[in-house]
Amino acid sequence: MKDKQPKPGRIIPVPENFLSPADISRRRALKALLAGSAAAVSGAAFSGDESGGKLGVPPWSKSLGKPVGANPYGLPSEFERHVIRRESPGLTTSPHSSVVFTPLQNLFGIITPNGLHFERDHGGRPDIDPSQHRLMINGLVRQPKIYTMDDLLRFPSVSRIHFIECGANTAMEWANVSVPTVQYTHGMLSCAEWTGVMLSTLLDDCGFDRKRAKYILAEGADAPSLTRTVPIEMALDDVMVAYGQNGEMLRPENGYPLRLLVPGVQGVSSVKWLRRIEVGDQPWNTREESLHYSDLMPDGMSRQYTWIQECKSVITSPSGGQKLLDKGYYQITGLAWSGRGRIKRVDVSTDGGRNWRTAELQDPILPKALTRFRIDWHWNGEPALLQSRAVDETGYVQPKMRQLREVRGTRSIYHNNAIQTWKVDPSGDVHNVQV
Amino acid sequence: MSRSELHVLWVAAVLASATTSVALAKDYGLGRPATPAEIAEWDIDVRPDGQGLPRGRGSVAEGQVLYDEQCASCHGTFGEGGPHMALAGGVGSLKTATPMRTIGSKLNYATTLFDYIYRAMPFHAPKSLTIDQTYAVSAYVLHLNDILPADAVLDQDSLPKVVMPNRDGYTRDHGMGSVNGKPDVHNTLCMKSCEKTVEITSQLPPGFTEQVYGDVSKHFRRYSAFPGAGEAGGSASAQEKSAGGKSQGLQLAQQHGCMACHGLANRIVGPGFSEIAARYQGQADARTMLMDKLVKGGAGNWGAVPMPPQTAVPETDRQLLVEWILRGVPE
Ligand code: HEC
Ligand code: HEC
Repeated sequence: MKDKQPKPGRIIPVPENFLSPADISRRRALKALLAGSAAAVSGAAFSGDESGGKLGVPPWSKSLGKPVGANPYGLPSEFERHVIRRESPGLTTSPHSSVVFTPLQNLFGIITPNGLHFERDHGGRPDIDPSQHRLMINGLVRQPKIYTMDDLLRFPSVSRIHFIECGANTAMEWANVSVPTVQYTHGMLSCAEWTGVMLSTLLDDCGFDRKRAKYILAEGADAPSLTRTVPIEMALDDVMVAYGQNGEMLRPENGYPLRLLVPGVQGVSSVKWLRRIEVGDQPWNTREESLHYSDLMPDGMSRQYTWIQECKSVITSPSGGQKLLDKGYYQITGLAWSGRGRIKRVDVSTDGGRNWRTAELQDPILPKALTRFRIDWHWNGEPALLQSRAVDETGYVQPKMRQLREVRGTRSIYHNNAIQTWKVDPSGDVHNVQV
Repeated sequence: MSRSELHVLWVAAVLASATTSVALAKDYGLGRPATPAEIAEWDIDVRPDGQGLPRGRGSVAEGQVLYDEQCASCHGTFGEGGPHMALAGGVGSLKTATPMRTIGSKLNYATTLFDYIYRAMPFHAPKSLTIDQTYAVSAYVLHLNDILPADAVLDQDSLPKVVMPNRDGYTRDHGMGSVNGKPDVHNTLCMKSCEKTVEITSQLPPGFTEQVYGDVSKHFRRYSAFPGAGEAGGSASAQEKSAGGKSQGLQLAQQHGCMACHGLANRIVGPGFSEIAARYQGQADARTMLMDKLVKGGAGNWGAVPMPPQTAVPETDRQLLVEWILRGVPE
């Protein structure tokens, strides 16, 4: 029966391609049994089709569907059950201080559906009743204040599309390849349309001390009340106090009912379940910006307050764990982003960085947001090494792994924005490799 | 009044109200003043200069009692780590290939220790410690790191004066502190014949993905243009549990003689494998560090006896072994 399995490197014609290998071999066995029989049942996609045609008439075309509104809150098709966030086994010691990765391999465009936005919590996810939630602003302000959610929803609002990337995204790959798919190499990355109040509006509302204010501290209402320092220039520039995510309220995993959003900066700064902002004149050196989220250099020094997520890109398809069924046409597609602004250009190589072609960028190309790129490719069946290289509007070119290591070594955990390589075997299998 | 007069009046009225709303824009009349008592309740942060430290005191001796009761089960009796991260050890290791990041080896200010314990620990019951208890247990954690003597007492004046071993171990001399910062790594926009040779320097050993992640072909859409590898080609290897039902890791460890010096749980010449798993659990760079250690060998992390370099073991096997150890040596 082995030879009945679809072979790598060969496309199975429609409709077989829609069936699982098990289905296919079962049907082929049946076909062999029925060989010579006039009723070509096995040739039809759906049982009961007597016409001998390939398509048949599926059951859903022969009966009423579910009533309109059967799902008051819509859910993905049950055939999408595998499109989920996942933990990387063994990465953390506690299910309450852990991370689930976004399945970038399954997504289109630039917006991450709310149920798939990556989640990194440091002490579990609280369920907060918005009627009891309060935001306090204190410190170097003329009038320390407390806002209810009603108050915050009445302030002038803005909506903006921004990515959030954890500073530790791609951390497991500093020294060598250690994870198989783009979900684990790059999945601490998501992008949404966020709605909320500009932080500057609230700071003004409290009359913050323009002369002395140098930093703000953002604090969460979760178990560890996570805190992070944000410099005042950023706070006044594009930082938001957000309650909306892709048109609905934030998901609990993403800070319901209120979070900070610090565009272009490592995700931990976008403090979830935001309960307090303090204005000050020095950074706080919190645990999440000293012991952790600081980048250890080969000389033993730690770079501190490494806020910015530098320009980076990754091919999401084809990517590790996938398989090309046959030679021929493929569209290579992926994501590019920069914490310093817009993406200017993305180049793609299929030979491990020897030669490059410039990819097409999909509109909109927004500052500090994901940008989708695409390029046509005809695979000739030979081994290939796929890479993408992004350039942002400052002219900065995404570096090679080797170039990053020369400067930063392999122990810094954070801010690995190296060019990713996917190896395509002649069998069509795609693997995570480094060159 | 004529029609046009009315119109003029109406326009004037609209203009006037528009102006008023602009003038009002800065005064939304939203929110209410926070009272000093409310601020005191929530504003618990502490800065390196000591600002924010509440009045209180606690001794190393008091801290030890509390630590043994409330912290040791997760962090180890001596802060060496247990189910959760180590709070002591690793001083001087940051420059090495096997850095160990702890309160003693990495933290720059003791104020951060106090701040964090007060807001976040014990993990399952945060904000349950009193101020005095927090001073005491901070003092004890510093004592476990040989930073404070056994008879030390900490309060709001003495805590900021504690000098941590890594006080000067941080720098802000880098480009990632602002959008306009200068990058430290540079690539060029070469388009043709950019690399003379391209060599694969790292990839996962065969069987690794299945062992750790299961069947990742299930992570892809079956009907997509690129189905998961397992879909069309069949699973690469089912070699994990072979002869005698032993795990691949255990077989490799026996085959390569690791078990001569390591017990699964018990110490022989080197530490028990599950002890190693416990110590490094949750450290993102543990894999890298242990891979390095297996190549270089050496002593110091567990005692004075060195481990000989394990370079006779193929790299792919070393990677599987490290993975197996970090997952707590499943038999
Ligand atoms: C139930 C287990 C548990 C108990 C009990 C516990 N901790 Fe922790 N502790 C943790 C976990 C888990 C973390 C890491 C949290 C994270 O990932 O953000 C942690 C982190 C810490 C850290 C930060 C260490 C670092 O390097 O980042 C300190 C300090 C700490 N704990 C002190 C204490 C003290 C003091 C007590 C007793 C009062 C205590 N812990 C009790 C589980 C525990
Ligand atoms: C001749 C004895 C010996 C053999 C053989 C040996 N080890 Fe070790 N190993 C040690 C000693 C001693 C240490 C403690 C070293 C130290 O304190 O840094 C150690 C430490 C380790 C550690 C922890 C390293 C650290 O930095 O904490 C790991 C992991 C390890 N061994 C794995 C292995 C594996 C896998 C093998 C087989 C391929 C192996 N060892 C074979 C003696 C041995």
